[in-house]
Amino acid sequence: MNAVDKALLPRLALRLISGNHACALAAVAAGCRFFAGYPITPSSEIAERLSRLLPEVDGVFVQMEDEIASIAAVIGASMGGVKALTATSGPGFSLKQENIGYAAGAEIPCVIVNVMRGGPSTGMPTRPAQGDIMQSRWGSHGDYPIIVLAPASVREIYSETLRAFDLAETCRTPVVLLYDQVIAQLTETVELVAAEGIRAERKWASGAREAYQPYASDGGAIPAMSRPGAGYRVHTTGLNHAENGFPTQDPETVARNLGRLLGKFEHHRDAIDSWQAIGCEDAEVVIVAIGISARAATRAIELARAGGLRLGLFRPITLWPFPEDALRAAAKHARAVLVPEMNAGQLSLEVERILGSKRVHAIHRYNGEPITPAEIAARAAAVLKEKAT
Amino acid sequence: MSSTFVDSAADFDVRDYLRMDMMPHFLCPGCGHGIALRALLWAMHELGIAKDQLAVVSGIGCAGRLSAYIDANTFHVTHGRPLAYATGLALARPDLHVVVITGDGDCLAIGGNHLIHACRRNLKLTCLMLNNEIYGMTGGQVSPTTSETMLTSTTPLGNSEPSFDACALAAAAGAGFVGREVTRHVPRLKELIKAGLAHPGFAFVEVLSDCTEIFGRKNDLGSSPEMMLRQKSDIRPSAYRDSVDTPFRANELPTGILAQTNRPEYGAAYRRAAAAQRASAAAQAGSANAKEDS
Repeated sequence: MNAVDKALLPRLALRLISGNHACALAAVAAGCRFFAGYPITPSSEIAERLSRLLPEVDGVFVQMEDEIASIAAVIGASMGGVKALTATSGPGFSLKQENIGYAAGAEIPCVIVNVMRGGPSTGMPTRPAQGDIMQSRWGSHGDYPIIVLAPASVREIYSETLRAFDLAETCRTPVVLLYDQVIAQLTETVELVAAEGIRAERKWASGAREAYQPYASDGGAIPAMSRPGAGYRVHTTGLNHAENGFPTQDPETVARNLGRLLGKFEHHRDAIDSWQAIGCEDAEVVIVAIGISARAATRAIELARAGGLRLGLFRPITLWPFPEDALRAAAKHARAVLVPEMNAGQLSLEVERILGSKRVHAIHRYNGEPITPAEIAARAAAVLKEKAT
Repeated sequence: MSSTFVDSAADFDVRDYLRMDMMPHFLCPGCGHGIALRALLWAMHELGIAKDQLAVVSGIGCAGRLSAYIDANTFHVTHGRPLAYATGLALARPDLHVVVITGDGDCLAIGGNHLIHACRRNLKLTCLMLNNEIYGMTGGQVSPTTSETMLTSTTPLGNSEPSFDACALAAAAGAGFVGREVTRHVPRLKELIKAGLAHPGFAFVEVLSDCTEIFGRKNDLGSSPEMMLRQKSDIRPSAYRDSVDTPFRANELPTGILAQTNRPEYGAAYRRAAAAQRASAAAQAGSANAKEDS
């Protein structure tokens, strides 16, 4: 047993904890040794937990002066070779966007938790929403790739936080953990697992300095990073750069390097993609949902099936890149697709893009109240009735 | 190999510390930033800091571009945020010498919040702020250190905003080391940066540089040597001028080490507290085990 698991030992096995608490425990188990954050509802419990947990494992917790400084410090720590996390909610997520783009462009691994609350602006800090689905994908300027994971239970926050750190390292990218206020502060039973031997570690450059190119890639492989102090002395910049890391405006070089960046997940979709499909094989209506809305949909399926209406659920666990082939397969035989979401229409846009708008219906709610199972079941029945007439 | 610079030490060749394949550099003729860069590298050389152990974090603007020329671990980050990136890097890697290169706009305007909190936190970092009184990269707009009445591309009527005294600001915010020097006095600048690099906490060094091409031309300030000769008298922070405690003395802005204290360094203090907590937890676990055994 390593020192980390030893420190975690009293915390292993079955625990009744909140989603944010699970996130903090999983971060430490994943090897996270740096957290920088700024207080914001409803994500502050992650910071508070890690301010106690990190010193126990020789990690560093720092509360920065603002949200921008928090993500900047996290990227800085990761550039130094330490797995790093920040956590925030809507307003803070907006403030972090420029630097998330930096991490995506310069390919610096890091994990960002965004607990979704009501919006826009200050919105409803203590009420749930799912209004940052598009922002999590497109929030920073310019073209860039990003991975977004959308857990729907406390147990899944634990497992997806572990996976977020692994994907950040193996794909050399920022990873966003996106979940709503209900899941964040819900208390559920989680079986914590020891992390020994299963976590991804960073691929460091080895070999001659002259031969090393920080952004050169063969056949879709993610380029190795160089550890400061190991003799490579590379340059990292937010400017468009060549394979050697230095800025360039040469059109061919920019197109080649940005093209590689934008396509880099395609070679790793087996590890990135994740979804859950329940009862889609015989479903008349397939529901597509994430977070608390997906939890409600799971119950709606039971209610509806008891009444003779066959519903199914397709739940993207990796929200971006969207597992579109899996959705096409799951919705293949459905007469209609229903997207319940706590916003004015975001996930439904992506589902319409993939399946076409003809079959796609939605429940859009933005009043701070979760969508209930009964509402989903009733809307599904109404949609089918419309189809029949 | 000997340097061509008249007052340099015999064993210092700036080319040993530069990425020579990046030359020619992009700075304008007459710009003072290259002198500041040379002084930094010279200071590093004299302190024996290995290139591999140096991490330079720079922001956006003319000063921000300097990091690309240094043969070290260099990070050219977002506008205004180099101190925040450097805070993460230095906390994660206390074995590295972390130096921030920033400009007056990067450090005092968009990055002003990070500066005051870096001063307050007192993490071991050296912040080199190159003050040329202007946003040069974007074409010469007014900055927080542009002296009053000066012309810029966004103050066609003459600057009517008071300008910052960056050193007074840093000292008031708690920086453990504060100093200012002009690019005209290269050995003195080198000595000041050396003292900053050696300081066991947050060190803020303001370098009065000159932007001949844009700021100088706009205000008819003459050639680079002429601007350099007048740096201490021409650059007039309003806060310094107006201060009751430090009346503006005969057109001379003070230089050298302006403040130095021995406050505890943040990173070391944090790690000490964490180690003490771990030791106490281990002792408690030990005594609990002993009780079970007895």
